[in-house]
Amino acid sequence: MRYVDEYRAEAEAQKFVQAIKGTVTREWNLMEVCGGQTHTLIKSGIDRMLPELVTLVHGPGCPVCVTPLELIDRAIAIARRPEIIFTSFGDMLRVPGSKTDLLSAKSEGADVRMVYSPLDSVKLAEQNPDRQVVFFAVGFETTAPPNAMAVHAAQQQGVDNFSILTSHVLVPPAMETLLSSPDNQVQGFLAAGHVCAIMGYWEYEPIAEKYQVPIVVTGFEPLDLLQGIFMTLKALEEGRWGVENQYARLVVREGNQPAQKLMGQVFETCDRKWRGIGEIPMSGYRLKDEFEHFDAEKRFDVGAIEAQEAPECIAGEILVGMKKPHECTAFGTKCKPEHPLGAPMVSAEGACAAYFQYGRGE
Amino acid sequence: MSDDPASKSPVAMPAGPVCPIPISDYPTVQLAHGGGGKLSQILIEGMFAKTFDNPELEVMHDGAVLEIGANRLAFSTDSFVISPYFFPGGDIGSLAVHGTVNDIAMCGARPFAISVGFILEEGLPMDDLWQIVQSIQQAADEVGVHVVTGDTKVVDKGKGDGIYINTTGLGLIPEGIDISPASAGAGDRVLVSGEIAVHGIAIMSIREGLEFETQLESDSAALYPLVTRILETAGEAVRVLRDPTRGGVASALNEIAAQSKVGFRLDEQQIPLSEEVRGACEILGFDPLYVANEGKCLAIVGAEKADAVLAAMRSHPLGQRAAIIGEVVADHPGRVYLRSQIGGMRVVDMLSGEQLPRIC
Amino acid sequence: MCLGVPGKVIETQEDPLGMTMGRVSFGGIVKEVCLAYTPDVEVGDFVVVHVGFAISKIDEEEAHKVFEYLQEIGELQELDVPQPGDTEQEADG
Repeated sequence: MRYVDEYRAEAEAQKFVQAIKGTVTREWNLMEVCGGQTHTLIKSGIDRMLPELVTLVHGPGCPVCVTPLELIDRAIAIARRPEIIFTSFGDMLRVPGSKTDLLSAKSEGADVRMVYSPLDSVKLAEQNPDRQVVFFAVGFETTAPPNAMAVHAAQQQGVDNFSILTSHVLVPPAMETLLSSPDNQVQGFLAAGHVCAIMGYWEYEPIAEKYQVPIVVTGFEPLDLLQGIFMTLKALEEGRWGVENQYARLVVREGNQPAQKLMGQVFETCDRKWRGIGEIPMSGYRLKDEFEHFDAEKRFDVGAIEAQEAPECIAGEILVGMKKPHECTAFGTKCKPEHPLGAPMVSAEGACAAYFQYGRGE
Repeated sequence: MSDDPASKSPVAMPAGPVCPIPISDYPTVQLAHGGGGKLSQILIEGMFAKTFDNPELEVMHDGAVLEIGANRLAFSTDSFVISPYFFPGGDIGSLAVHGTVNDIAMCGARPFAISVGFILEEGLPMDDLWQIVQSIQQAADEVGVHVVTGDTKVVDKGKGDGIYINTTGLGLIPEGIDISPASAGAGDRVLVSGEIAVHGIAIMSIREGLEFETQLESDSAALYPLVTRILETAGEAVRVLRDPTRGGVASALNEIAAQSKVGFRLDEQQIPLSEEVRGACEILGFDPLYVANEGKCLAIVGAEKADAVLAAMRSHPLGQRAAIIGEVVADHPGRVYLRSQIGGMRVVDMLSGEQLPRIC
Repeated sequence: MCLGVPGKVIETQEDPLGMTMGRVSFGGIVKEVCLAYTPDVEVGDFVVVHVGFAISKIDEEEAHKVFEYLQEIGELQELDVPQPGDTEQEADG
């Protein structure tokens, strides 16, 4: 596959590893923000190929993991209503709420369906005029333009029986929160390549300046990650900070203008609660007033939701890289993918799931 | 799995043994219990095998081996619930025959008889049934087995996906053949008969909401002729045969690793995968090692015969893309390791839950 | 977070509401993709697709640079005097 295979070439990967070894002279802590990057690192074994001086800290770039517990409970409550067809991407279906998850709700009779694209949900609404179709709009900035388009298309086509339950989160505020914490150990960042394809990377320049850290926009294939890691380490070794772009084949500084334009028409920034972390101001998106009627949270009153986290779950600490998955007392015992206590064990991008699946707890 | 007297069913149960699956974990059956991965294992080993407990069952291979006088019979059963029941490359009928014939073949046996049990949903078009029945006969003919007995039930509309089929098969194991999932030993080689993940992706490709435009066909096929060739070439050097259906190659190898108490080391670069299946796995976020196959077989063979078996497989239409994908090691018993494309190492665990398309 | 997969645009068309749609091939698997956010793509271009939307066109020239970069650092490291952090192996170019 073009633009995939070349970036998985063994010889080149080994060369990057050698280059990294030849560059590093002291300990460094790097964070890869995006869960998709975490998975590649562990799945391809890069984390074990790096010199011991380099520690990879896994970041909160797992939108499934940071979706507030209350929202999952709300989603399940909505899904249980008989008129509802509840649609979602695959990952959200197994994330545990306070008591259960969407997939279990499905096994108990709720009409829960998996979709590949938010436009599929709109189509479903058109095909089922006597039902209400709700789409669980979860994601970072990358997924916001597709979700915006779905709402926009529904409005244009007069599809009134469609609505979204929004859990959109933004990377830069999360990064600031991490960096401003007195406990922060992270010295360099691999920024999420696809988020930056949409938003550009100019937002990271003031952050890099303020905290004097190197931030490298990085892709998702093994060679991308190795190059991104190399560039970050090189900057650290040379005492430089600022933003560099490893993923230049896809990312430009200003980002994707048409996407940003439509997002701006449909969404506005708002405060958001991050599961395990707490509220981060101006760190999420919500529907603008003129699109309010597409907000499933307002359309379906499911009463007050009292959410309760599993006490042993340390997702919060995992998500900011304070602890590693195998340092959790429940890891691999009470908490496994088939009965997870928290989201990072379920989501394909969760650090716990990656560690468990690829045997990093041993 | 331990009996937990504290976990009582909310429904009054007759006095007697306590359910070995802690009800508190799974009060209802989940889809994943049929997925071929960990949950399936928990259900089968924790509830079924534990209750039915007998020496033939303990072996836990694709089929049971029964000694009747001087003969050894392989006996296997399989149920087919696939939806849609017509798909590119076959239908539930041909799948049902291939599935059971293959289970028998994986015991090293020559299949000679199968039974077919139908559970039909009221309203199933008669034409569809006719097509499926013909498909069953054709598949049976190709392998030389007879459908010797059967059963038919009809359930109310809404209580089935049109048609469910159970097939049970019998085969005769020739002398000198002793295949068992506990037979793999350090130094043996692992072979696969061709490109993996084809069936699962072909089915995904026509499921609503995840349509591709490219028509991928299921690889459903009767493997007995290929198995014959493998056995002719390597005889006693064939340790284990397994057709990796639900749960994929990964789950099958994990099971064998546990039963043989060995480890596996696989090489990602050697695993045959077609471009299209690869593309589909990429966009769905699936790992092909966990996707179902219906016309592929894994063969674990003594190292000295590996090359000969490979050549023999490749000379057969069903094995043209066969490859040696790894070896058996004494290290990390029960664990399967994979050398990644770029030369790193990772564990290949058993499938956990259903593999849901990874989107976000 | 963002499962984005590269694919080749094999067809483009406007849907009834004026939204640009296209067919994209991923190693031979073809899927319908919304091209509204990559309005300048043409047949033959490569895009990265996330949840059914093309999020950006792949710049072929930049794509090669990863390998040029590797070439450069390989050469540089060969010319360097061995550093204290090195293991027994030299970086080979």
